[in-house]
Amino acid sequence: MIRLEGAEARRGAFWLRADFALARGAHLSLIGPSGGGKSTLLNLIAGFVSLSAGRLLLDGREMGRAAPAERPVTMLFQEHNLFPHLDAAANVGLGIDPGLRLSPSDRARVAAALAEVGLEGLGARMPADLSGGQRQRVALARALLRDRPILLLDEPFAALGPAMRAEMLGLVAALREGRGMTVVMSTHDPDEARRAGGLASFVAEGEVSAPAPVSAVLDAPPPALAAYLGAQEIARSAAIRPAT
Amino acid sequence: MNGAARPPAGLLVWLAGGAALALVLALTLGAVALVALRAEGAGALTTPDLRALRFTAWQAFLSAALSVLLAIPLARALARRRFPGRGLLVSLLGAPFLLPVIVAILGVIAIWGRSGWVNDGLGAIGAPRIDVYGLPGVLLAHVFFNLPLATRLILQGYAEIPAERWRLAAQLGIEGRALFRLLEAPMLRAVAPGAFALVFLICATSFAVALALGGGPRATTLELAIYQAMRFDFDLGRAALLAALQFALCLGLALLAAGLSAPAALGPGFGAAPERWDGRGGLARAADAALIALGALFLLSPLLAALLHGIPGLGAMGAGVWPAAGRSLIVALAAAALSLALAGALAGLIVALEARWAPAGRLTEALGLLTLAVSPFVAGVALFLALRPLISPVSAALPLIALVNALMALPYALRLLLPPLREAARDYGPLAASLGMGAGARLRLVWLPRLRRPLGFAGGVAAALAMGDLGVVALFSAPGAPTLPLYVYGLVSAHRLEAAGGAALLLAGLSFSLFAAFDAWGRARDPA
Repeated sequence: MIRLEGAEARRGAFWLRADFALARGAHLSLIGPSGGGKSTLLNLIAGFVSLSAGRLLLDGREMGRAAPAERPVTMLFQEHNLFPHLDAAANVGLGIDPGLRLSPSDRARVAAALAEVGLEGLGARMPADLSGGQRQRVALARALLRDRPILLLDEPFAALGPAMRAEMLGLVAALREGRGMTVVMSTHDPDEARRAGGLASFVAEGEVSAPAPVSAVLDAPPPALAAYLGAQEIARSAAIRPAT
Repeated sequence: MNGAARPPAGLLVWLAGGAALALVLALTLGAVALVALRAEGAGALTTPDLRALRFTAWQAFLSAALSVLLAIPLARALARRRFPGRGLLVSLLGAPFLLPVIVAILGVIAIWGRSGWVNDGLGAIGAPRIDVYGLPGVLLAHVFFNLPLATRLILQGYAEIPAERWRLAAQLGIEGRALFRLLEAPMLRAVAPGAFALVFLICATSFAVALALGGGPRATTLELAIYQAMRFDFDLGRAALLAALQFALCLGLALLAAGLSAPAALGPGFGAAPERWDGRGGLARAADAALIALGALFLLSPLLAALLHGIPGLGAMGAGVWPAAGRSLIVALAAAALSLALAGALAGLIVALEARWAPAGRLTEALGLLTLAVSPFVAGVALFLALRPLISPVSAALPLIALVNALMALPYALRLLLPPLREAARDYGPLAASLGMGAGARLRLVWLPRLRRPLGFAGGVAAALAMGDLGVVALFSAPGAPTLPLYVYGLVSAHRLEAAGGAALLLAGLSFSLFAAFDAWGRARDPA
């Protein structure tokens, strides 16, 4: 589904190298310090950072040069996922037609998508009148309608409280299982990776480790990850089990 | 998302931006070249030309220095005081910039002229009368126009000092001179050179002020000399030479200022006027109060005089005033629309270029500001020469005036539109790109709603400037069909002062109303 072959991206002095493959329906958590390359890797897959060497294959097709909208990808950013001057329904409707020319049946699909993420009847709300968690739900509802097989999440729930974060992770897991989506999510929180389950990679100083089961990675962390997490944190978080 | 994200720009951005840039270059550098080419015989610089150059540079330097030096204490006082009417006074500081130049000149004469309020007062106490015509008059008018502008630029600098820093300084007990050195001086070093350069450029291309208040050949600006060369001698070679001289003067200063002023870093905490704890002493309070009162008196008295002299004349304006007002409205609306279109296309191009190679974006931005340095007469004459084989000059007068005025307002519109467009592109560009929004959808659903407010403001500035234009209009207006400022100027020349006062008041009212209408459009449905 996602295959990076000797892929490299440069941003000024920063250099990211990635070489891994991810199967359809997998969940990959990217763990590591800020500035280590998590966002750059996601932006590379989404098409906002260009490939300076190597290949990027999505769904078996070479996509290293494709425009963001041409890729089979939806990305949730940390913020600015919604246009603040458009109401929730219009923000979701952009997932059907980026020119926002919607038929009555399109509008019904928008309402259904909002209901699916638990926002039934809130289509007329402006983003400013929604909570942080509700705003990310609106973005997820739009991701549903765009129906792209790959969902990228760039620390999308970092600003939410613990309970809301667990709930959003559950929602993402349900979408992934229900629609067979492939999910890549960056986080600086090992607990979040454990709750999400699936695979994890450690991303630091521009290097991406090979994806491995999240419990294996966090229970017996390689030295660099152990240093990042700290001994106490490893012992504490070992008790946490996946949410689903 | 980090700053290096690169939303791909659509073909439309490149085409529209490229066309706008080509038009700007053609009407600035191209215009000087074309006028020089059509000139019969090479012009040579004469002694009066050199005198005009010297006077232009000297008066622009003095005007800019006086405006900025006076603006610093005034802005400092306004920044740290809260009093009833402060908001209104700060808003009124924006008025002289939008005030039609002929109205301002009449106001300044009413206060400082031979039989003005100041001389009446001096005469009453037996003091010798002052004569402002010549350099003093030019400086008075220029400082009247530009002191408020410089004050607002410096106030903006004060607003960008984060509130947290004032709080920290108050906690540490830093006051007075130490506070000035710590917080205010670094900001002024960043802001003041830019303000000086802008005022210098505005004054170096001054025409109507020198025409009305200059004292003959000893106080003639280059712009006035260009006008005379074209109007009375139709000496294109000399006009082109003078235009090149003026251009070099302005460009040299603009480059110098760009090197001087480091861009002020925008810290967090920008927004509402921060609370201040310094300057609680009685002396500081009294000094600030006196400064603010004097500043307000200097700025408001000509406005008040224009109002008082205008009201009795409203009944005597003459039948010609309404068609003239109609022509001016058409010119103003067309110039505003053109100016916004040009500025929007250029800003889009600049943002797209910046995402690829930052120096290319900066160069384009500098080219967009080029029209500050170019004589509108030369742009107008070049257009006139280029279009003469195609259409009749008389029928093209109003479109030509509108186009040149759009060009003159372009630097302001560009400065107003570019920062919010950059911000919107940074925040929402990746989202729009990932959703596959085309150029049309982006324009309709993202840029227009996000930029509505600066668009309204910039449109209002362009409309008001074009409404009050007494530059290119003087050269191209068809005989018997003047615009309103020209009509007022005609009344003044005919010594029909009461009628002139009334028509000037009408002109000022229309200019401010136009600006207010555009601005209100921008504020209606404020985006969240």
